[in-house]
Amino acid sequence: MHVTNLTHLQRLEAEAIHIMREVVTQADKPVMLYSVGKDSAVMLHLAKKAFYPAPPPFPLLHVDTTWKFRDMYALRDKAARKAGMQLLVHQNPDAVRQGINPFDHGGVHTDMWKTEGLKQALDLHGFDAAFGGARRDEEKSRAKERIFSFRTASHRWDPKNQRPELWRTYNARKNKGESMRVFPLSNWTELDIWQYIHLENIEIVPLYYADERPTVMRDGLLLMVDDDRFPLAKGEEPVMRSIRFRTLGCYPLTGAVESGAKTLPEIIQEMLLTTTSERQGRAIDHDQAASMEKKKQEGYF
Amino acid sequence: MNEIYKTDALIAEDIDKYLEIHQHKTMLRFITCGSVDDGKSTLIGRLLYDSKMIFEDQLATLEADSKRVGTQGEAIDFALLVDGLAAEREQGITIDVAYRFFATEKRKFIVADTPGHEQYTRNMITGASTADLAVILIDARKGILTQTRRHSYLAHLIGIRHIVLAVNKMDLVDYDRAVFEQIVEEYRSFAASIGITEFTPIPLSGLAGDNITTRSANTAWYDGPILLDHLEKVELNQTAEQLKPFRMPVQWVNRPNLDFRGFAGTIATGQVQVGDDVRVLPSGRTTTISRIVTMDGDLDRAVAGQAVTLCFADEIDCSRGQIITAGQNPVEVADQFEATIIWMDDEDMVPGRSYWLKIGPQTVNAVVSQPKYQINVNTMEHLASKTLDLNGIGVATLTTDREIPCEPYAQSRDLGGFILIDKMTNRTIGAGLLNFALRRAQNIHWQATDISREHHASLKNQKPAVLWMTGLSGSGKSTIANLVEKKLARMNRHTFLLDGDNVRHGLNKDLGFTEADRVENIRRVGEVAKLMADAGLIVITAFISPFRSEREMVRGMLPAGEFIEVFVDTPLEEAEKRDVKGLYAKARAGQLKNFTGIDSPYEAPDAAEIRIDTTKMTPDAAADLIISKLIP
Repeated sequence: MHVTNLTHLQRLEAEAIHIMREVVTQADKPVMLYSVGKDSAVMLHLAKKAFYPAPPPFPLLHVDTTWKFRDMYALRDKAARKAGMQLLVHQNPDAVRQGINPFDHGGVHTDMWKTEGLKQALDLHGFDAAFGGARRDEEKSRAKERIFSFRTASHRWDPKNQRPELWRTYNARKNKGESMRVFPLSNWTELDIWQYIHLENIEIVPLYYADERPTVMRDGLLLMVDDDRFPLAKGEEPVMRSIRFRTLGCYPLTGAVESGAKTLPEIIQEMLLTTTSERQGRAIDHDQAASMEKKKQEGYF
Repeated sequence: MNEIYKTDALIAEDIDKYLEIHQHKTMLRFITCGSVDDGKSTLIGRLLYDSKMIFEDQLATLEADSKRVGTQGEAIDFALLVDGLAAEREQGITIDVAYRFFATEKRKFIVADTPGHEQYTRNMITGASTADLAVILIDARKGILTQTRRHSYLAHLIGIRHIVLAVNKMDLVDYDRAVFEQIVEEYRSFAASIGITEFTPIPLSGLAGDNITTRSANTAWYDGPILLDHLEKVELNQTAEQLKPFRMPVQWVNRPNLDFRGFAGTIATGQVQVGDDVRVLPSGRTTTISRIVTMDGDLDRAVAGQAVTLCFADEIDCSRGQIITAGQNPVEVADQFEATIIWMDDEDMVPGRSYWLKIGPQTVNAVVSQPKYQINVNTMEHLASKTLDLNGIGVATLTTDREIPCEPYAQSRDLGGFILIDKMTNRTIGAGLLNFALRRAQNIHWQATDISREHHASLKNQKPAVLWMTGLSGSGKSTIANLVEKKLARMNRHTFLLDGDNVRHGLNKDLGFTEADRVENIRRVGEVAKLMADAGLIVITAFISPFRSEREMVRGMLPAGEFIEVFVDTPLEEAEKRDVKGLYAKARAGQLKNFTGIDSPYEAPDAAEIRIDTTKMTPDAAADLIISKLIP
């Protein structure tokens, strides 16, 4: 009999599709967290594959901080429309009222917009399972997390008491109020993500490709001046540089790299030859060694 | 640096060529296991470091952490790379499995670093269940330990066919060949005793880097493979699954409109082509495959491991949990099995209790019998046991509430591997490997009788019901039950009262008051109550029945609406104050063990049909209330 060798990307794709199908049949009200980054783009693409020819049977949820790059908002609306999915956008009303922003409020910015905002949105709509695009290769506490990650009614993760998870037999049962975070890309690496985007021709935010953009240097991070809300210091002038982003978050918190990579193979080439990890472009992780674990316990994705 | 990692030149010169190569890599998933301090995390840290999977910023953090909390003095402590949880870094141990990734030119690797402590066995099993290969670490100074035996047994049990015996810390025994060979010999005889016929022994040092990515001059006497070479070259046999008969459990029925009906799932074993005859189990209906649908276009053929959507030529019934199989080679369908069970919960297994059993996409009710034996994982002895406690492994019979298609675990992980889930907490509490379906279930047929339960009930001119009183000892269950029966008798209703104390004089006189015996007590009473309800009677029961799961089990035995739970709610202080039978005094004095409310729990109902607050209501009023709900 003829046999077919499945490549690692084919196996990863099948695994993610299997996970998504398990969620829609075990959860009452699933939702896909959509952050408009490259991992979200891959996750959305896989969702389309998992349920084809039907559209994915759940909405997309963007927990918005109002501080994303303009290019991200544009692609967000377009991608949801093309997938035939409902797009829900949640902005924490407390943060809106208090005008929380990354320039004046530091860590509170992430906590209120993202952690609190996410919890509010999940509670508001009563979602009992939320897909997230996190990967185990990103960070040490993520490397320890299950694919189906149980959360208490107050959204807490207990890293010392995770459910055993065998084979591809996932237990999504829970009591009322409790929920699941589900990570279909757990076993993908950054290289896998890029390679898959390349092979499948997935549309991503143009900011991942190098271009001339207005920038300033702050505390060792190369920041892009995306709109006129960016407070310039006295005498500070945005400088045009050829930059791109390896990871996308709130624009004042996401560091760019100087680059000339204008195509996916060039991006991958640059990534493979580079010597710093992806998350370094994010201010959030630098606080303390176990900061991500702490944030996750509190409900951060 | 080893040349297998030397890809930088190609990346820089011809990225498209590199991508083409990388795209066709295979994937190997492996676990590392060993005792505490055998150096697992160090070994993985070394693999990541040598394969350049550690970036400069991570290295800077690592160097800082090594000086602060590391165990290697001024040198880098690679273990800190993988022990990611704060508790792990504080205690210097691995608690939960960590997944790490690296790649060479030929393969992508996923490493599951699994904990060594016996108390975290469930996490080791989690990592092992998806692995193709196990690296068992041994400290060359200590030789084979209890944990070595335990991990080898578990890896073999879960079906890992490739075992690497990594004799680590060779630098600390002066790279002595005799030490290595003695350990290998000892392991060989042990391995044979548990059925491991082949393994690959490698002398190495994670700390010094010997024989991991480069061949070491310190072990000139060794001519076998070095670790990374072996990981790259070992035959994976991932295609072996494709040569087995076709099976695909249905996860989800895709029905976007009236013109399309597809069955989505991941192919467990074998392959399927358009035009193949298939059989859907358990219904047994047959049809042919008309389409294999994916978003990238229809396929002519699909193989084990692929996630696809199949369409049938005929409109036959098929839903989640059913299995599409090769037409001429279907699987068994049974409701009783022998399985090896790995218990993973802090609370002991309770034989007779109903648990959720999830096998593939199917979830059913299942009851585990008392184990035939428990396996002492250190000596491989078979021990008599009434239950399984945390990390216990034993063989037992399982009975499900309906027939499920299945295969032995050795034949298929998807169709023979299952998990057990607690109905109250929803935790995954056990894993099971199906050994074989029992014929017994097929040979005892249900005898159809001509007089139906409806007929029995209509003769008595009443609707059968089970009034299930639950509450603490001395709460007033028997008193109220007795009044209810008297009042119903006056109304010409046909009733029968099953009382806890009375049943224990006959039917259940062989049972005591342990948790397992209490479960069996209620199971038997439930079965008797069900027979009486079948006969058309209104059954009134008065049992403490302290556990929710057993009350739910009895509810599940009866047609919807016939089980009426009556919570006789008397606070413990009040029941103890009454102490009609003097039992609380005895229990407090320590003369009575496992007494509900004192040293054994009572799980109050969440949503009983009727709740009686005996501090606010007389027994007579309570009886009237119950009857008013029963006969509106």
